[in-house]
Amino acid sequence: MARETSPRGGSSSGAGRIAQGVFAYGLIARMWVRSTLAYRASFVMMTVGNFAACALDFVAIMLMFSQIDALGGFSLPEVAFLYGTSGVALGLADLLLGSMDRLGRRVRDGTLDVLLLRPAPVFAQVAADRFALRRLGRITQALLVLGWSVSRLDVEWTVGRVLMVPLMVLCGTAIFGSVFTTGAAFQFWAQDAAEVQNSFTYGGNALLQYPPTVFAKDLVRGVTFLVPLAFVNWLPALRLLGREDPLGLPGWADFLGPEVAVLMCAGAALAWRRGLRAYRSTGS
Amino acid sequence: MWCVAVAAGSFRRYATYRVATVAGVFTNTVFGFIVAYAYLALWAERPHLGGYDRAQALTFVWIAQALLAASALMSGGGLDELQERIRTGDVAVDLYRPADLQLWWLAADLGRAALQLIGRGVVPLTVGALVFPLALPGDAATWGWFLLSVLLGVVVSFALRYLVALASFWLLDGSGLSLISGLACMFFSGMVLPLRVFPGGFGEVAQLLPWAAILQVPADVLVGARGGDGLVRGLVFQAAWGAALLALGRLAQSAATRKVVVQGG
Repeated sequence: MARETSPRGGSSSGAGRIAQGVFAYGLIARMWVRSTLAYRASFVMMTVGNFAACALDFVAIMLMFSQIDALGGFSLPEVAFLYGTSGVALGLADLLLGSMDRLGRRVRDGTLDVLLLRPAPVFAQVAADRFALRRLGRITQALLVLGWSVSRLDVEWTVGRVLMVPLMVLCGTAIFGSVFTTGAAFQFWAQDAAEVQNSFTYGGNALLQYPPTVFAKDLVRGVTFLVPLAFVNWLPALRLLGREDPLGLPGWADFLGPEVAVLMCAGAALAWRRGLRAYRSTGS
Repeated sequence: MWCVAVAAGSFRRYATYRVATVAGVFTNTVFGFIVAYAYLALWAERPHLGGYDRAQALTFVWIAQALLAASALMSGGGLDELQERIRTGDVAVDLYRPADLQLWWLAADLGRAALQLIGRGVVPLTVGALVFPLALPGDAATWGWFLLSVLLGVVVSFALRYLVALASFWLLDGSGLSLISGLACMFFSGMVLPLRVFPGGFGEVAQLLPWAAILQVPADVLVGARGGDGLVRGLVFQAAWGAALLALGRLAQSAATRKVVVQGG
Protein backbone atom coordinates (compact mmCIF):
# COMPACT_ATOMS: atom_id res chain seq x y z
CA MET A 1 0.00 0.00 0.00
CA ALA A 2 2.87 2.42 0.68
CA ARG A 3 3.28 4.75 -2.22
CA GLU A 4 6.44 6.50 -3.28
CA THR A 5 4.74 9.85 -2.76
CA SER A 6 3.77 8.99 0.79
CA PRO A 7 5.55 11.28 3.24
CA ARG A 8 7.44 8.87 5.42
CA GLY A 9 8.45 10.55 8.63
CA GLY A 10 8.67 7.33 10.58
CA SER A 11 7.54 6.98 14.14
CA SER A 12 10.30 9.25 15.41
CA SER A 13 8.83 12.44 13.96
CA GLY A 14 5.40 13.53 15.18
CA ALA A 15 4.81 15.97 12.34
CA GLY A 16 5.68 13.34 9.77
CA ARG A 17 3.34 10.91 11.43
CA ILE A 18 0.47 13.44 11.30
CA ALA A 19 1.20 14.22 7.64
CA GLN A 20 1.17 10.51 6.92
CA GLY A 21 -2.17 10.18 8.72
CA VAL A 22 -3.74 13.05 6.83
CA PHE A 23 -2.42 11.62 3.57
CA ALA A 24 -3.86 8.17 4.34
CA TYR A 25 -7.14 9.71 5.44
CA GLY A 26 -7.42 11.65 2.18
CA LEU A 27 -6.60 8.57 0.15
CA ILE A 28 -9.19 6.39 1.86
CA ALA A 29 -11.85 9.11 1.94
CA ARG A 30 -11.38 9.75 -1.79
CA MET A 31 -11.79 6.06 -2.46
CA TRP A 32 -15.09 5.97 -0.57
CA VAL A 33 -16.32 9.11 -2.31
CA ARG A 34 -15.59 7.53 -5.69
CA SER A 35 -17.41 4.39 -4.66
CA THR A 36 -20.38 6.43 -3.34
CA LEU A 37 -20.65 8.42 -6.54
CA ALA A 38 -20.83 5.23 -8.57
CA TYR A 39 -24.46 5.01 -7.40
CA ARG A 40 -25.37 8.63 -8.02
CA ALA A 41 -29.14 8.36 -7.55
CA SER A 42 -28.66 6.50 -4.29
CA PHE A 43 -26.18 9.14 -3.10
CA VAL A 44 -28.54 12.03 -3.93
CA MET A 45 -31.39 10.28 -2.16
CA MET A 46 -29.35 9.55 0.97
CA THR A 47 -28.03 13.13 1.10
CA VAL A 48 -31.53 14.56 0.71
CA GLY A 49 -32.68 12.14 3.40
CA ASN A 50 -29.89 13.25 5.72
CA PHE A 51 -30.89 16.85 5.05
CA ALA A 52 -34.58 16.10 5.66
CA ALA A 53 -33.96 14.17 8.88
CA CYS A 54 -32.15 17.17 10.34
CA ALA A 55 -34.68 19.62 8.91
CA LEU A 56 -37.47 17.83 10.79
CA ASP A 57 -35.78 18.82 14.04
CA PHE A 58 -35.98 22.42 13.03
CA VAL A 59 -39.56 22.02 11.79
CA ALA A 60 -40.42 20.88 15.32
CA ILE A 61 -38.85 24.06 16.71
CA MET A 62 -40.78 26.16 14.20
CA LEU A 63 -44.01 24.37 15.15
CA MET A 64 -43.25 25.20 18.79
CA PHE A 65 -42.79 28.84 17.86
CA SER A 66 -46.11 28.82 16.00
CA GLN A 67 -47.61 28.55 19.50
CA ILE A 68 -45.21 30.79 21.45
CA ASP A 69 -43.06 33.90 20.96
CA ALA A 70 -40.11 32.95 23.13
CA LEU A 71 -38.69 29.71 24.51
CA GLY A 72 -36.82 30.18 27.78
CA GLY A 73 -36.69 33.90 26.94
CA PHE A 74 -35.07 33.34 23.53
CA SER A 75 -36.68 34.36 20.23
CA LEU A 76 -36.82 32.09 17.15
CA PRO A 77 -33.79 33.71 15.42
CA GLU A 78 -31.79 33.32 18.62
CA VAL A 79 -32.73 29.65 18.99
CA ALA A 80 -31.97 29.23 15.29
CA PHE A 81 -28.51 30.69 15.89
CA LEU A 82 -27.85 28.13 18.62
CA TYR A 83 -29.28 25.41 16.36
CA GLY A 84 -27.17 26.45 13.38
CA THR A 85 -23.84 26.78 15.18
CA SER A 86 -24.20 23.48 17.01
CA GLY A 87 -25.54 21.75 13.88
CA VAL A 88 -22.66 22.85 11.64
CA ALA A 89 -20.09 21.88 14.28
CA LEU A 90 -21.61 18.45 14.79
CA GLY A 91 -22.11 18.02 11.03
CA LEU A 92 -18.43 18.68 10.30
CA ALA A 93 -17.26 16.37 13.10
CA ASP A 94 -19.74 13.73 11.91
CA LEU A 95 -18.47 14.01 8.32
CA LEU A 96 -14.82 13.75 9.38
CA LEU A 97 -15.01 11.21 12.23
CA GLY A 98 -18.60 9.95 12.36
CA SER A 99 -17.74 6.56 10.89
CA MET A 100 -15.66 5.75 13.96
CA ASP A 101 -18.70 4.34 15.73
CA ARG A 102 -18.26 1.26 13.53
CA LEU A 103 -15.08 0.40 15.40
CA GLY A 104 -16.88 -1.95 17.79
CA ARG A 105 -18.06 -4.05 14.88
CA ARG A 106 -14.50 -4.28 13.56
CA VAL A 107 -13.21 -5.35 16.97
CA ARG A 108 -15.94 -7.98 17.23
CA ASP A 109 -15.44 -9.55 13.82
CA GLY A 110 -11.66 -9.18 13.91
CA THR A 111 -11.29 -7.02 10.78
CA LEU A 112 -9.40 -4.44 12.83
CA ASP A 113 -6.35 -6.69 12.52
CA VAL A 114 -6.15 -5.85 8.83
CA LEU A 115 -5.87 -2.16 9.66
CA LEU A 116 -3.06 -2.83 12.11
CA LEU A 117 -1.01 -4.46 9.37
CA ARG A 118 -1.20 -1.55 6.96
CA PRO A 119 1.58 1.05 6.96
CA ALA A 120 -0.73 3.92 7.90
CA PRO A 121 -1.95 5.23 11.26
CA VAL A 122 -4.87 3.13 12.50
CA PHE A 123 -6.70 6.26 13.60
CA ALA A 124 -6.71 7.68 10.07
CA GLN A 125 -7.89 4.37 8.65
CA VAL A 126 -10.73 3.97 11.15
CA ALA A 127 -11.78 7.61 10.80
CA ALA A 128 -11.88 7.47 7.00
CA ASP A 129 -13.51 4.05 6.84
CA ARG A 130 -16.79 4.31 4.93
CA PHE A 131 -16.40 8.07 4.63
CA ALA A 132 -20.00 9.19 4.14
CA LEU A 133 -20.34 12.18 1.87
CA ARG A 134 -24.11 12.12 2.42
CA ARG A 135 -23.43 13.82 5.76
CA LEU A 136 -23.08 17.04 3.79
CA GLY A 137 -26.90 17.04 4.10
CA ARG A 138 -26.74 17.88 7.81
CA ILE A 139 -24.07 20.54 7.26
CA THR A 140 -26.07 22.19 4.47
CA GLN A 141 -29.25 22.23 6.53
CA ALA A 142 -27.53 23.69 9.59
CA LEU A 143 -25.72 26.28 7.44
CA LEU A 144 -29.04 27.40 5.96
CA VAL A 145 -30.57 27.80 9.42
CA LEU A 146 -27.45 29.63 10.62
CA GLY A 147 -27.52 31.98 7.62
CA TRP A 148 -31.20 32.74 8.16
CA SER A 149 -30.69 33.42 11.86
CA VAL A 150 -27.72 35.72 11.26
CA SER A 151 -29.83 37.76 8.82
CA ARG A 152 -32.58 38.09 11.44
CA LEU A 153 -30.55 38.61 14.61
CA ASP A 154 -30.53 42.01 16.25
CA VAL A 155 -26.75 42.08 16.73
CA GLU A 156 -24.30 44.80 15.79
CA TRP A 157 -21.84 42.88 13.62
CA THR A 158 -18.34 44.17 14.38
CA VAL A 159 -15.31 42.41 12.88
CA GLY A 160 -14.66 40.61 16.16
CA ARG A 161 -18.23 39.32 16.36
CA VAL A 162 -18.19 38.17 12.74
CA LEU A 163 -14.94 36.27 13.31
CA MET A 164 -16.37 34.70 16.44
CA VAL A 165 -18.89 32.65 14.44
CA PRO A 166 -16.44 30.59 12.34
CA LEU A 167 -14.15 30.26 15.36
CA MET A 168 -17.06 28.89 17.40
CA VAL A 169 -17.88 26.39 14.69
CA LEU A 170 -14.25 25.25 14.38
CA CYS A 171 -13.83 24.78 18.13
CA GLY A 172 -17.19 23.05 18.24
CA THR A 173 -16.07 20.67 15.51
CA ALA A 174 -12.93 19.84 17.49
CA ILE A 175 -14.94 19.30 20.68
CA PHE A 176 -17.49 17.03 19.00
CA GLY A 177 -14.65 15.29 17.15
CA SER A 178 -12.98 14.52 20.50
CA VAL A 179 -16.24 13.03 21.74
CA PHE A 180 -16.47 10.81 18.64
CA THR A 181 -12.86 9.68 19.18
CA THR A 182 -13.27 9.03 22.90
CA GLY A 183 -16.46 7.10 22.19
CA ALA A 184 -14.64 4.99 19.62
CA ALA A 185 -11.77 4.35 22.05
CA PHE A 186 -14.32 3.19 24.62
CA GLN A 187 -15.49 0.57 22.12
CA PHE A 188 -12.16 -1.24 22.45
CA TRP A 189 -13.53 -2.35 25.84
CA ALA A 190 -17.29 -2.35 25.20
CA GLN A 191 -17.89 -3.34 21.60
CA ASP A 192 -21.67 -3.06 21.62
CA ALA A 193 -21.82 0.30 23.34
CA ALA A 194 -21.73 2.40 20.17
CA GLU A 195 -25.01 3.98 21.14
CA VAL A 196 -23.62 5.55 24.32
CA GLN A 197 -21.62 8.06 22.33
CA ASN A 198 -24.78 9.09 20.50
CA SER A 199 -25.94 10.55 23.81
CA PHE A 200 -23.03 12.93 23.80
CA THR A 201 -22.83 13.71 20.07
CA TYR A 202 -26.38 13.73 18.70
CA GLY A 203 -27.77 14.17 22.21
CA GLY A 204 -25.35 17.00 22.85
CA ASN A 205 -26.48 18.62 19.63
CA ALA A 206 -30.14 18.26 20.65
CA LEU A 207 -29.23 19.90 23.96
CA LEU A 208 -27.24 22.78 22.51
CA GLN A 209 -29.96 23.78 20.06
CA TYR A 210 -32.12 24.92 22.98
CA PRO A 211 -31.14 27.89 25.15
CA PRO A 212 -29.39 26.97 28.43
CA THR A 213 -32.09 28.82 30.37
CA VAL A 214 -34.43 25.94 29.53
CA PHE A 215 -32.45 23.35 31.48
CA ALA A 216 -31.87 22.69 35.16
CA LYS A 217 -28.74 24.36 36.51
CA ASP A 218 -27.13 21.02 37.38
CA LEU A 219 -27.48 19.82 33.80
CA VAL A 220 -25.91 23.05 32.53
CA ARG A 221 -23.10 22.62 35.08
CA GLY A 222 -22.58 19.07 33.84
CA VAL A 223 -22.13 20.10 30.20
CA THR A 224 -19.89 22.99 31.23
CA PHE A 225 -17.47 21.29 33.62
CA LEU A 226 -17.90 17.54 33.08
CA VAL A 227 -18.37 17.13 29.32
CA PRO A 228 -17.64 20.69 28.24
CA LEU A 229 -20.11 20.84 25.37
CA ALA A 230 -21.26 24.29 26.53
CA PHE A 231 -18.14 25.71 24.87
CA VAL A 232 -19.36 24.55 21.45
CA ASN A 233 -21.92 27.34 21.24
CA TRP A 234 -23.70 28.22 24.49
CA LEU A 235 -21.03 30.38 26.14
CA PRO A 236 -19.76 32.21 23.03
CA ALA A 237 -23.29 32.60 21.64
CA LEU A 238 -24.60 34.06 24.89
CA ARG A 239 -21.80 36.62 24.75
CA LEU A 240 -22.61 37.38 21.10
CA LEU A 241 -26.33 37.72 21.77
CA GLY A 242 -25.66 39.88 24.83
CA ARG A 243 -27.28 37.42 27.22
CA GLU A 244 -26.55 36.57 30.82
CA ASP A 245 -24.97 33.18 31.38
CA PRO A 246 -27.21 31.24 33.80
CA LEU A 247 -24.21 29.93 35.77
CA GLY A 248 -22.75 33.41 36.22
CA LEU A 249 -19.26 32.41 35.05
CA PRO A 250 -16.66 35.17 34.67
CA GLY A 251 -16.70 36.93 31.30
CA TRP A 252 -13.43 35.47 30.03
CA ALA A 253 -14.92 31.97 30.20
CA ASP A 254 -16.91 32.77 27.06
CA PHE A 255 -13.67 32.86 25.08
CA LEU A 256 -12.22 29.59 26.38
CA GLY A 257 -13.52 27.58 23.39
CA PRO A 258 -10.11 27.06 21.72
CA GLU A 259 -8.41 26.06 24.99
CA VAL A 260 -11.18 23.61 25.81
CA ALA A 261 -11.03 22.20 22.29
CA VAL A 262 -7.26 21.61 22.56
CA LEU A 263 -7.62 19.97 25.98
CA MET A 264 -10.42 17.72 24.75
CA CYS A 265 -8.42 16.69 21.69
CA ALA A 266 -5.44 15.82 23.92
CA GLY A 267 -7.71 13.78 26.19
CA ALA A 268 -9.24 12.00 23.23
CA ALA A 269 -5.80 11.21 21.79
CA LEU A 270 -4.77 9.72 25.12
CA ALA A 271 -7.93 7.63 25.34
CA TRP A 272 -7.43 6.41 21.77
CA ARG A 273 -3.85 5.34 22.48
CA ARG A 274 -4.82 3.48 25.64
CA GLY A 275 -7.68 1.81 23.82
CA LEU A 276 -5.53 0.71 20.91
CA ARG A 277 -2.83 -0.62 23.26
CA ALA A 278 -5.44 -2.58 25.18
CA TYR A 279 -6.76 -4.19 22.01
CA ARG A 280 -6.65 -7.97 21.92
CA SER A 281 -7.56 -9.60 18.67
CA THR A 282 -10.35 -12.15 18.60
CA GLY A 283 -7.90 -14.36 16.79
CA SER A 284 -10.42 -15.75 14.34
CA MET B 1 -47.89 -23.33 17.69
CA TRP B 2 -44.93 -22.29 15.55
CA CYS B 3 -45.81 -18.57 15.82
CA VAL B 4 -45.16 -18.64 19.55
CA ALA B 5 -41.86 -20.43 19.00
CA VAL B 6 -40.77 -17.81 16.45
CA ALA B 7 -41.74 -14.98 18.79
CA ALA B 8 -39.98 -16.61 21.73
CA GLY B 9 -36.88 -17.20 19.62
CA SER B 10 -36.82 -13.58 18.54
CA PHE B 11 -37.31 -12.47 22.17
CA ARG B 12 -34.35 -14.59 23.27
CA ARG B 13 -32.23 -13.42 20.38
CA TYR B 14 -32.62 -9.75 21.26
CA ALA B 15 -32.06 -10.61 24.93
CA THR B 16 -28.48 -11.61 24.10
CA TYR B 17 -27.49 -8.04 23.15
CA ARG B 18 -27.07 -6.98 26.76
CA VAL B 19 -24.45 -4.26 26.41
CA ALA B 20 -26.30 -2.76 23.45
CA THR B 21 -29.50 -2.72 25.51
CA VAL B 22 -27.79 -0.92 28.39
CA ALA B 23 -26.25 1.57 25.94
CA GLY B 24 -29.67 2.14 24.38
CA VAL B 25 -31.30 2.70 27.76
CA PHE B 26 -28.62 5.27 28.59
CA THR B 27 -29.21 7.13 25.32
CA ASN B 28 -33.00 7.04 25.69
CA THR B 29 -32.67 8.47 29.19
CA VAL B 30 -30.33 11.26 28.12
CA PHE B 31 -32.63 12.27 25.26
CA GLY B 32 -35.59 12.03 27.64
CA PHE B 33 -34.02 14.62 29.93
CA ILE B 34 -33.22 17.01 27.08
CA VAL B 35 -36.69 16.86 25.53
CA ALA B 36 -38.40 16.98 28.94
CA TYR B 37 -36.73 20.30 29.77
CA ALA B 38 -37.59 21.71 26.34
CA TYR B 39 -41.25 20.74 26.84
CA LEU B 40 -41.21 22.21 30.35
CA ALA B 41 -40.21 25.54 28.82
CA LEU B 42 -42.83 25.18 26.09
CA TRP B 43 -45.62 24.34 28.53
CA ALA B 44 -44.47 27.13 30.86
CA GLU B 45 -45.22 29.56 28.03
CA ARG B 46 -48.47 27.90 27.05
CA PRO B 47 -50.03 25.80 29.81
CA HIS B 48 -52.61 23.32 28.46
CA LEU B 49 -51.07 23.41 24.98
CA GLY B 50 -52.78 20.76 22.88
CA GLY B 51 -54.98 19.79 25.81
CA TYR B 52 -52.07 18.40 27.85
CA ASP B 53 -51.14 19.81 31.21
CA ARG B 54 -47.48 19.96 32.23
CA ALA B 55 -47.38 16.49 33.79
CA GLN B 56 -49.06 14.92 30.77
CA ALA B 57 -46.59 16.59 28.41
CA LEU B 58 -43.67 15.26 30.46
CA THR B 59 -45.22 11.81 30.51
CA PHE B 60 -45.49 11.94 26.72
CA VAL B 61 -41.73 12.56 26.50
CA TRP B 62 -40.84 9.54 28.60
CA ILE B 63 -43.36 7.24 26.89
CA ALA B 64 -41.90 8.25 23.55
CA GLN B 65 -38.42 7.30 24.79
CA ALA B 66 -39.73 4.07 26.33
CA LEU B 67 -41.45 3.01 23.09
CA LEU B 68 -38.67 4.23 20.80
CA ALA B 69 -37.08 0.81 20.33
CA ALA B 70 -40.13 -1.39 20.83
CA SER B 71 -42.32 0.42 18.32
CA ALA B 72 -39.37 1.17 16.01
CA LEU B 73 -40.15 4.89 16.01
CA MET B 74 -36.86 5.95 14.43
CA SER B 75 -36.16 3.17 11.96
CA GLY B 76 -34.84 -0.04 13.52
CA GLY B 77 -36.90 -3.11 14.14
CA GLY B 78 -35.79 -6.33 12.57
CA LEU B 79 -37.24 -5.91 9.10
CA ASP B 80 -34.03 -4.59 7.53
CA GLU B 81 -33.09 -8.23 7.58
CA LEU B 82 -36.09 -9.22 5.44
CA GLN B 83 -35.25 -6.40 3.06
CA GLU B 84 -31.72 -7.72 2.79
CA ARG B 85 -32.97 -11.28 2.25
CA ILE B 86 -35.17 -10.07 -0.59
CA ARG B 87 -32.28 -8.17 -2.13
CA THR B 88 -29.92 -11.11 -1.98
CA GLY B 89 -32.53 -13.67 -2.95
CA ASP B 90 -32.36 -15.59 0.32
CA VAL B 91 -36.07 -14.98 0.65
CA ALA B 92 -36.57 -17.90 -1.75
CA VAL B 93 -35.67 -20.19 1.15
CA ASP B 94 -38.20 -18.45 3.39
CA LEU B 95 -40.92 -18.94 0.79
CA TYR B 96 -40.25 -22.70 0.72
CA ARG B 97 -40.97 -22.96 4.44
CA PRO B 98 -44.37 -24.32 5.47
CA ALA B 99 -45.04 -21.05 7.30
CA ASP B 100 -46.62 -17.87 6.07
CA LEU B 101 -44.04 -15.14 5.43
CA GLN B 102 -46.07 -12.27 6.90
CA LEU B 103 -47.12 -14.23 9.98
CA TRP B 104 -43.55 -15.41 10.55
CA TRP B 105 -42.14 -11.87 10.52
CA LEU B 106 -45.05 -10.53 12.57
CA ALA B 107 -44.36 -13.13 15.26
CA ALA B 108 -40.65 -12.33 15.17
CA ASP B 109 -41.35 -8.61 15.41
CA LEU B 110 -43.71 -9.05 18.36
CA GLY B 111 -41.06 -11.07 20.17
CA ARG B 112 -38.49 -8.35 19.53
CA ALA B 113 -40.91 -5.63 20.63
CA ALA B 114 -41.76 -7.46 23.85
CA LEU B 115 -38.09 -7.73 24.81
CA GLN B 116 -37.34 -4.12 23.88
CA LEU B 117 -40.40 -2.86 25.73
CA ILE B 118 -39.09 -4.49 28.88
CA GLY B 119 -35.37 -4.01 28.26
CA ARG B 120 -35.42 -0.49 26.90
CA GLY B 121 -38.75 0.89 28.09
CA VAL B 122 -39.02 0.24 31.80
CA VAL B 123 -35.83 1.95 32.98
CA PRO B 124 -36.22 5.28 31.11
CA LEU B 125 -39.86 5.57 32.19
CA THR B 126 -38.90 4.83 35.79
CA VAL B 127 -36.07 7.37 35.75
CA GLY B 128 -38.44 9.92 34.25
CA ALA B 129 -41.03 9.21 36.93
CA LEU B 130 -38.45 9.60 39.69
CA VAL B 131 -37.12 12.95 38.45
CA PHE B 132 -40.20 14.62 36.97
CA PRO B 133 -43.81 14.77 38.15
CA LEU B 134 -45.41 12.42 35.61
CA ALA B 135 -49.12 11.82 35.07
CA LEU B 136 -48.99 8.03 35.43
CA PRO B 137 -52.27 6.28 36.21
CA GLY B 138 -52.75 4.53 39.54
CA ASP B 139 -55.22 1.91 38.39
CA ALA B 140 -54.28 -1.37 36.74
CA ALA B 141 -57.05 -1.08 34.13
CA THR B 142 -55.51 1.99 32.46
CA TRP B 143 -52.13 0.26 32.34
CA GLY B 144 -53.85 -2.73 30.75
CA TRP B 145 -55.48 -0.58 28.08
CA PHE B 146 -52.12 1.12 27.54
CA LEU B 147 -50.37 -2.22 26.94
CA LEU B 148 -53.12 -3.28 24.52
CA SER B 149 -52.72 0.05 22.74
CA VAL B 150 -48.94 -0.42 22.56
CA LEU B 151 -49.48 -3.89 21.10
CA LEU B 152 -51.79 -2.50 18.42
CA GLY B 153 -49.27 0.27 17.78
CA VAL B 154 -46.48 -2.28 17.25
CA VAL B 155 -48.73 -4.16 14.81
CA VAL B 156 -49.34 -0.97 12.80
CA SER B 157 -45.62 -0.18 12.89
CA PHE B 158 -44.84 -3.71 11.72
CA ALA B 159 -47.42 -3.59 8.93
CA LEU B 160 -45.90 -0.37 7.57
CA ARG B 161 -42.34 -1.67 7.77
CA TYR B 162 -43.40 -4.95 6.16
CA LEU B 163 -44.82 -3.04 3.18
CA VAL B 164 -41.58 -1.10 2.87
CA ALA B 165 -39.55 -4.30 3.04
CA LEU B 166 -41.71 -5.98 0.39
CA ALA B 167 -41.19 -3.01 -1.92
CA SER B 168 -37.66 -4.37 -2.34
CA PHE B 169 -39.12 -7.07 -4.56
CA TRP B 170 -39.67 -4.35 -7.14
CA LEU B 171 -37.12 -1.69 -6.18
CA LEU B 172 -34.10 -3.93 -5.46
CA ASP B 173 -32.50 -1.10 -3.49
CA GLY B 174 -35.08 -0.19 -0.88
CA SER B 175 -32.83 2.05 1.22
CA GLY B 176 -34.37 5.26 -0.13
CA LEU B 177 -37.90 4.13 0.66
CA SER B 178 -36.84 2.94 4.13
CA LEU B 179 -35.37 6.37 4.74
CA ILE B 180 -38.53 8.20 3.69
CA SER B 181 -40.81 5.90 5.67
CA GLY B 182 -38.54 6.24 8.71
CA LEU B 183 -38.73 10.03 8.51
CA ALA B 184 -42.50 9.94 8.06
CA CYS B 185 -42.82 7.70 11.09
CA MET B 186 -40.57 9.91 13.21
CA PHE B 187 -42.52 13.03 12.34
CA PHE B 188 -46.12 11.82 12.12
CA SER B 189 -45.97 9.49 15.12
CA GLY B 190 -45.42 12.49 17.39
CA MET B 191 -41.82 11.57 18.18
CA VAL B 192 -40.47 15.05 17.39
CA LEU B 193 -43.50 16.87 18.81
CA PRO B 194 -46.87 15.54 20.05
CA LEU B 195 -49.40 15.60 17.22
CA ARG B 196 -51.76 17.53 19.50
CA VAL B 197 -49.38 20.49 19.33
CA PHE B 198 -49.39 20.58 15.50
CA PRO B 199 -51.35 23.65 14.46
CA GLY B 200 -54.92 23.62 13.11
CA GLY B 201 -56.00 21.40 10.23
CA PHE B 202 -52.49 20.01 9.78
CA GLY B 203 -52.68 18.59 13.28
CA GLU B 204 -56.11 17.09 12.66
CA VAL B 205 -54.97 15.36 9.49
CA ALA B 206 -51.79 14.12 11.20
CA GLN B 207 -53.93 12.47 13.88
CA LEU B 208 -55.80 10.44 11.24
CA LEU B 209 -52.69 8.99 9.60
CA PRO B 210 -51.53 5.47 10.52
CA TRP B 211 -48.41 6.75 12.30
CA ALA B 212 -50.64 8.37 14.94
CA ALA B 213 -51.58 4.84 16.01
CA ILE B 214 -47.97 4.03 16.90
CA LEU B 215 -47.21 6.62 19.60
CA GLN B 216 -49.84 9.34 19.95
CA VAL B 217 -52.75 7.01 20.76
CA PRO B 218 -50.90 4.80 23.31
CA ALA B 219 -49.52 7.92 25.02
CA ASP B 220 -52.98 9.50 25.14
CA VAL B 221 -54.38 6.31 26.64
CA LEU B 222 -51.79 6.27 29.42
CA VAL B 223 -51.97 9.95 30.38
CA GLY B 224 -55.76 9.78 30.43
CA ALA B 225 -56.29 12.23 27.59
CA ARG B 226 -58.83 9.80 26.13
CA GLY B 227 -61.57 9.21 28.66
CA GLY B 228 -64.49 6.81 28.19
CA ASP B 229 -65.65 6.98 24.60
CA GLY B 230 -62.32 8.33 23.36
CA LEU B 231 -60.46 5.29 24.65
CA VAL B 232 -62.58 2.87 22.61
CA ARG B 233 -62.38 5.07 19.53
CA GLY B 234 -58.60 5.22 19.86
CA LEU B 235 -58.26 1.44 20.06
CA VAL B 236 -60.66 0.94 17.13
CA PHE B 237 -58.67 3.49 15.13
CA GLN B 238 -55.48 1.51 15.80
CA ALA B 239 -57.09 -1.85 15.05
CA ALA B 240 -58.58 -0.54 11.81
CA TRP B 241 -55.24 0.76 10.53
CA GLY B 242 -53.54 -2.44 11.65
CA ALA B 243 -56.04 -4.64 9.82
CA ALA B 244 -56.02 -2.48 6.68
CA LEU B 245 -52.22 -2.34 6.46
CA LEU B 246 -51.80 -6.05 7.19
CA ALA B 247 -54.32 -6.79 4.42
CA LEU B 248 -52.39 -4.52 2.08
CA GLY B 249 -49.20 -6.33 3.02
CA ARG B 250 -50.88 -9.64 2.23
CA LEU B 251 -51.92 -8.34 -1.21
CA ALA B 252 -48.40 -7.10 -1.89
CA GLN B 253 -47.01 -10.42 -0.73
CA SER B 254 -49.18 -12.47 -3.07
CA ALA B 255 -48.39 -10.12 -5.96
CA ALA B 256 -44.68 -10.34 -5.18
CA THR B 257 -44.51 -14.10 -4.87
CA ARG B 258 -46.54 -14.62 -8.04
CA LYS B 259 -44.92 -12.13 -10.37
CA VAL B 260 -41.43 -11.40 -9.23
CA VAL B 261 -38.53 -13.58 -10.19
CA VAL B 262 -36.22 -14.02 -7.23
CA GLN B 263 -32.64 -13.08 -7.86
CA GLY B 264 -29.76 -15.21 -6.84
CA GLY B 265 -27.90 -18.26 -7.94
